[in-house]
Amino acid sequence: MKVDKTKCMYCGSCVGTCPKNAIFLEETNIVFNRELCIECGVCEKVCPVGAITAE
Amino acid sequence: MRYDVVVVGAGPAGSRTAKIAADNGCRVLMIEKRQEIGVPVRCGEGVSKKGLKELGIEPESSWIAADIKGARIYAPNGKHVLLSEEQAGGEVGYNIYRDIFDKSLAKQAGKSGADIMLKSSVFEVIKENNKIKGVKVKSMGENLEIKADVVVGADGFESQIGRWSGIDTSLKQNDVVPSLQYTMTNIDYTEYNDFYIGSVAPGGYAWVFPKNNEANVGLGVQLSKIKERGDVKKHLDRFVEKKFPNGKIVRIVAGCVSVCAPIEKTVGNGVLLVGDAARQIDPLTGGGIINALICGTIAGEVIGNAVKKQEFNETLMEYERRWRAELEDKLYRNWIAKEKGTTLSDEVFNKIIEALSGYDFKKISTTEILRGIQSKYPELMKEFEGLI
Repeated sequence: MKVDKTKCMYCGSCVGTCPKNAIFLEETNIVFNRELCIECGVCEKVCPVGAITAE
Repeated sequence: MRYDVVVVGAGPAGSRTAKIAADNGCRVLMIEKRQEIGVPVRCGEGVSKKGLKELGIEPESSWIAADIKGARIYAPNGKHVLLSEEQAGGEVGYNIYRDIFDKSLAKQAGKSGADIMLKSSVFEVIKENNKIKGVKVKSMGENLEIKADVVVGADGFESQIGRWSGIDTSLKQNDVVPSLQYTMTNIDYTEYNDFYIGSVAPGGYAWVFPKNNEANVGLGVQLSKIKERGDVKKHLDRFVEKKFPNGKIVRIVAGCVSVCAPIEKTVGNGVLLVGDAARQIDPLTGGGIINALICGTIAGEVIGNAVKKQEFNETLMEYERRWRAELEDKLYRNWIAKEKGTTLSDEVFNKIIEALSGYDFKKISTTEILRGIQSKYPELMKEFEGLI
């Protein structure tokens, strides 16, 4: 998962939707836990501005 | 550090819980990860006057952006039905400046004695013998351990407190609506909140909520109906280009709304969830402010009792019982209506709006909508089997 920081609004949409709780939002920082990720791609779809690319 | 109660998140749910708990004699700390309460705004910013009044929250001119006369619901063919404030069941009223509103609520919590800590991210809950005993916080570069008898998760859509405490807040893709909103100027302003339903916003709706010399123009799409990356923005840009070609954007707001049925459990041993974190949003309208304030009030009172009794398991269950008695039936009914609504075609929406615009009803509700449809298009009623 890659976050384009020039697009990200730090809104938390991906954080709350991730089924594995693999994404964490600090104030203006998205922290991603690769070990928990199941590559479902839902974070890419839920991002309102299209800032996430699931790999 | 030690408190009776730690509230995580300083939105309406958190501030209300903190205020009421402090009023009931608790030592309260409210923690917010952002550097400024209420910022960035993540909201369409409409709130019911009736809801505020019932909570005893006095309207303040500093956060009122517009006084709204009613709602207009637009069908895909451009026809609309107008609902007065009364007919809309008090769902419209004021359009507000959420940043100022949230700060006002936080100030009330502060005035009641709650401590407030900003720019502080909770990264872990402290558990001992199956009871939540506090939180670990990264605060301005410092790691702190804060012990508390009750931890309140008022941490919004992205809630972590619930999941870390073993409360299931996970959402199905049908029950998630990612949304984007432009606050725009240089457009025509009305005194109505407008809603656009149908394929303009698959499984959700588009909205135009006027404020003072600007309006919130937003759109949400049901997650299960999103085909590719950035769809929400594409839908909003298309809507804006058609409706407000000369509009200028002065703010962008992104966020996600849960539109699920009430979740199984919002209380654990030493922990409870309030507001969006507890998925207490109305699944039909996506409105969450009033429900967050109602549940925050109940949470604060129940926590006050728990602290007096020094019992933090059974006593907290009273919160579960009381908020459900107040809201659960309506949330469940509106979830069923939302589930149905997301399956309808533009043609059916056109007929529904046409039927409703000629039907004289007192207050909008699922039953009244169905009566309106039946009076004009009885053959459409088969679409709504199971709702009656």
